[in-house]
Amino acid sequence: MLMRDLAQLLPGARKGNTLLPLLFFLAVAMLYPFAVGPNPNVLAATGGGVIWVAALLAAILPLDRLLAPDLESGFFDQWALRGIAEEVVVAVRLLAHWISFGPFLMLAALPASALLGIDGETLRTVELGLLAGTPGLAAIGIIIAAVTVGLRSGGAALSGLLVIPLAVPLLIFGAGSLSTGGEGGIALTAAISLLLVAIAPFAGGAAIRAAREG
Amino acid sequence: MEPCRLAARDLACRRGERLLFRGLSLELVGGQALHVTGSNGTGKSSLIRILAGLLRPYSGEVERRGSTGLLDQTMALDEHLPLGRALAFWAGLDGATPVTVLARLGLAELLDVPVRYLSTGQRKRAALARLLGQDAQVWLLDEPLNGLDRDAVALVEALIAEHIAGGGLALVASHQPIAVPGMGVLDLPDYARGLAA
Repeated sequence: MLMRDLAQLLPGARKGNTLLPLLFFLAVAMLYPFAVGPNPNVLAATGGGVIWVAALLAAILPLDRLLAPDLESGFFDQWALRGIAEEVVVAVRLLAHWISFGPFLMLAALPASALLGIDGETLRTVELGLLAGTPGLAAIGIIIAAVTVGLRSGGAALSGLLVIPLAVPLLIFGAGSLSTGGEGGIALTAAISLLLVAIAPFAGGAAIRAAREG
Repeated sequence: MEPCRLAARDLACRRGERLLFRGLSLELVGGQALHVTGSNGTGKSSLIRILAGLLRPYSGEVERRGSTGLLDQTMALDEHLPLGRALAFWAGLDGATPVTVLARLGLAELLDVPVRYLSTGQRKRAALARLLGQDAQVWLLDEPLNGLDRDAVALVEALIAEHIAGGGLALVASHQPIAVPGMGVLDLPDYARGLAA
């Protein structure tokens, strides 16, 4: 099942629209210096935060095709009949979603930090923070995709609203670890990530069952 | 293999504000088939989903024993993959669909064709291949004859007959006539608003 999920979500699969989050992430990093002006001090000071915001947005770009197509085409019904719990499906999907953007985002953060003029020490913090935070971002994505899966329309708008409260703690500590330069921020990011990852399968599974009743 | 059984007691189904049926009871054991009839919107699909455990009944209980296969309007096959690989995903969970089955369904030549290029009838037959590969004891079929030509209809009827002859049970919802020997009929509109209760 993981193989099927990966085949659908990995960059390059399904005619390139899976590459979008990655390109989007790089585009933000490229365009940001043009927007705020080429002052190296400003860029270096705010660059890490921009990387975090870009990472969050890149993680929620593929939301609408994370779960909805499988619900519509009856995959979840068939899994349920075979006694495969929605929680398991969602957990596998969460892993696949993370694999499909987390490591690539960390790679893309290298050229991005060069573009933003981030120095080596800060880059290390950014990368560690992303390692700790991207599973949480993936979990947020899965939860939101599951909650909005039953909505025929207006799902996108609700997704946008739901992201805000869920992502705030991750961004506070993830991006905050840059200014304090501390391990503490990264540890807290990792803790929130773990919590979100632990909740996501159950929240997602319940949401999918609810969507089926509708 | 333990005997399969499908029983429902005093089912009622409500969709939105409408009560589709109530007071519906049925019992099927291995070797039996039931044809659920009724015009559009009488709750045939809802009944199937309730029996499959995918929809909670408004009231009543369902008891199901044995592995369950569901065939409805959705295919649960990846549209962009060639048919052979799309079926292989379920084969990985269920065990492979025998080649003879694919040949019988007329799908053997289509295995390289992406699912999205299949015609309506071919899609239905592909979904049937998925069902047959599952080797389930309880068949819940929702409009299995939709979009099929006359030969394919006869094939589905033969498949159902073989399935119940082999000790399975089948519940088929369809507004079209189905000729399977020994198949009972349940007319759903009788239960609308509890007339038959």
